[in-house]
Amino acid sequence: MKANLVLIGNGMAGVRALEELLKLEPEKYNITVFGEEPYGNYNRIMLSPVLANEKTIEQIMLNDEQWYIDNGITLHKGKKVTEINRIKREVVADDGTTEPYDKLLVATGSTSFMLPLPGADKEGVIGFRDIADVDTMIDIASKHKKAVVIGGGLLGLEAANGLMKQGMDVTVVHLLDRLMERQLDGPAAAMLKTSLEASGMKFLMSHATDEINGDDRVTGLTFKNGDYIATDLVVMAVGIKPNFNLAQESGLHCERGIVVSDTMQTFDPNIYSVGECVQHRGTTYGLVAPLFEQAKVAANHLAEFGIARYEGTVTSTMLKVTGIDLFSAGDFIGDDTTEELVFQDVASGSYKKIVLKDNILIGAVLYGDTIDGTWYFQMMKDGTNVADFRSTLLFGQAHLGDSGHGEETRIANMPLTAEICGCNGICKGDILDAINDKKLFTLDDVRAHTKASASCGSCTGLVESILAHTVGGDYSEAPSKKPLCGCTEHSHDEIRAGIDANALKTMQAVRDQFNWKTPDGCPACRTSLNYYLLCSWPGEYKDDAQSRFINERAHANIQKDGSFSVIPRMFGGICTADELRAIADAADKYDVRQITLTGGQRIALFGLDKAQLPEIWEDLNTAGMVSGHAYGKALRTVKTCVGSDWCRFGTQDSTGLGIKLEELTWGSWMPHKYKIAASGCPRNCAEATIKDFGVVCVDSGYELHVGGNGGIKVRVTDFLAKVKTEEEVLEYCGAFSQMYREDAHYLERTAPWVERVGLSSIKAAIVEDEANRKVLHERFLHGQSFSQDDPWKQHADGKDANEFKSIKITTA
Amino acid sequence: MSKWIEIAPLSDIPVLGSRVVKTDSFSIAVFRGTDDSVFAIKDACPHKDGPLSQGIMHGTTVTCPLHNWKINLANGEALGADEGCTNVFETKVENAIVYLKNPQ
Repeated sequence: MKANLVLIGNGMAGVRALEELLKLEPEKYNITVFGEEPYGNYNRIMLSPVLANEKTIEQIMLNDEQWYIDNGITLHKGKKVTEINRIKREVVADDGTTEPYDKLLVATGSTSFMLPLPGADKEGVIGFRDIADVDTMIDIASKHKKAVVIGGGLLGLEAANGLMKQGMDVTVVHLLDRLMERQLDGPAAAMLKTSLEASGMKFLMSHATDEINGDDRVTGLTFKNGDYIATDLVVMAVGIKPNFNLAQESGLHCERGIVVSDTMQTFDPNIYSVGECVQHRGTTYGLVAPLFEQAKVAANHLAEFGIARYEGTVTSTMLKVTGIDLFSAGDFIGDDTTEELVFQDVASGSYKKIVLKDNILIGAVLYGDTIDGTWYFQMMKDGTNVADFRSTLLFGQAHLGDSGHGEETRIANMPLTAEICGCNGICKGDILDAINDKKLFTLDDVRAHTKASASCGSCTGLVESILAHTVGGDYSEAPSKKPLCGCTEHSHDEIRAGIDANALKTMQAVRDQFNWKTPDGCPACRTSLNYYLLCSWPGEYKDDAQSRFINERAHANIQKDGSFSVIPRMFGGICTADELRAIADAADKYDVRQITLTGGQRIALFGLDKAQLPEIWEDLNTAGMVSGHAYGKALRTVKTCVGSDWCRFGTQDSTGLGIKLEELTWGSWMPHKYKIAASGCPRNCAEATIKDFGVVCVDSGYELHVGGNGGIKVRVTDFLAKVKTEEEVLEYCGAFSQMYREDAHYLERTAPWVERVGLSSIKAAIVEDEANRKVLHERFLHGQSFSQDDPWKQHADGKDANEFKSIKITTA
Repeated sequence: MSKWIEIAPLSDIPVLGSRVVKTDSFSIAVFRGTDDSVFAIKDACPHKDGPLSQGIMHGTTVTCPLHNWKINLANGEALGADEGCTNVFETKVENAIVYLKNPQ
């Protein structure tokens, strides 16, 4: 016998909770939904674009009536619930419909706050909250000319913009002298006002309405200062208020909203509540991301999984007015204890302000160029310490040479044909269409449906901006902590800490400890866990070949046609004539289709069949060469220049040092690929300052640099330390490599890792703490004692032979 | 010609791994799940013909090594937002030997 679940409120939060519940426990409940409006569930955020003629009602429907039928849900639309009888556990609607419940979900949302002005009940005075309001506005716009919007906040400006698009002459009345005062500071608000005025919008700032004039219909407004304005329509957009009358009347504890715990439970254990009607830890929310997070948590508890908690959300805002780029988040005003960084260029229409408290970002306002909004917002949520890059913070994340996008950061003004994702050839228009047609809300959704930013990821910021522009502020689910993958609720850091603290030594032990949702994981968590276990338990954990990406399983790089490429190691980029001959002989013998010199000073042989791999490895082994790990999340190469042996500028033996560094680090598995270089002088021919670990030799010793990257985002290294001897270089290299191995998330390069944890913390652990440096280096050497065993030789000797052999059958 | 073709002992296929079976004209990836269930699927992703045999298997799904499409091993359908389908073939295990129904 199924239990009964009743949902009061057929809006975005409540229905999202049902969707999440159906994913977890589709058969647990008989579900009944009451909705006041005569529609299915629609995307309320999109009412502004509907009013602005940019979308139709059909386009903003999230769940049509067929969805309710398909999922066996009873929908009572157009019925208002008037009573919750908690003793009998039933709800009663205005038409007498009565439904019993075992669990009740209250998602009654919010209503427009209507100013209690004389005349507020006249015809032509409305709020801006639902489809009926939009219909009224469009109807009046077709017959009348003048409109007034009371409220210069986000909603008011969007309503005013829409009414202008409907052909009306619109005046925005605002109580204060600054628009969007909850989101913008003075300069940004002034810039916004200027550009809205340029589009034809009129403003009456610092005006308090006294009375709405007219007989039955509104004809004008009188202000407290005696001014008067004639109008045919008044839209009140001064705010929303949580709609909790019903809950309060039924005796549920309410303050400014229905009070819920971190599990979204009200004071009645059988009643949950989500959405704009709830008050959680003293806060009410009016944006979509927190509501969706709440929905997920409520669904988890309704499904009786009992593990999710809602811990509040930091919110950000993006104005959806065509042509205007605006971003705001957190505390953007600040106080005596905060500092602010400001960049203003009136001529180019660009303004940025960042508020810091103890070097942690707590607020940001961006106008004009908002591309870095998502980056600032992420740092706010992560509590990133920005001390190390304060001086460049305002210039955003786009490091020099960020491939492809350059100055193209103003999403709103980009044409639909602008290519956003260079890897997959996806244009702005394609992304907009997918967001609209497929009702997408999150970055992951957009990636899944369009592939935009799903490959190299360099356009992620642009895609996030398009998403934010289209669906409004704080579009993504923005969980405060990011789970490792879809199989778990736990983050990389929590799982790594758990592996060490509980001495978990198998993948199954980790999955059991952390309540994995899947029996054998997914490609994301299996590869991560395999690495974490290998790093934590060297010599004890048995590597799982089936949890390795094919390149690491086959120790060669798979190519688009399914063939493989092979790159033997050349320590420090040095080789002998005999080795070259052996490579050439192997290329002939195995019919290699192309020989390429790599950027890391190695030789690559392309076009080999998988079955040939153990044979060619045996030949290369015989000539003294081992695996180059060009396929692995591992030390790739140590690039060198010729140094003091040959170069007239060389200050130290960079080649010899490079060979020693490669002998130290080869074979080590890392969170991601890892590149080293050693240059013999500051001319830096080995490009050491864009490597994960780089050495630049100088006359008096060795400069050590870390966290560089020459790929998607060019990032120049940070200077770590200067040392005097080669021994010290090797010790610092081992220590830094080990700290990265133990601390970074799987698939996180050193560049983002250094930015995430801060260079200061790395210096503290390695440069300033000699004892710790030695311990880290020792641990690195211990791990290396198990991993410097040439995998090519192992396979040439017959290990996992089946991996490389196919089975031939005759089918005729 | 019998309908079922002997492929290999079950133990020759790693758990959550695969073997490639080559016919005269195309290749088939034969996977083994954690419960020793066996799936056979044409070794070509519906997206860009990636060799599914080289992907990572999880549950009854394989993720293509080229562009991470996820393919349901039971029916060959692409999962998630991707659309496409590849052929699957019948298998059986008898006395710890894997058989494939003649794909011709």
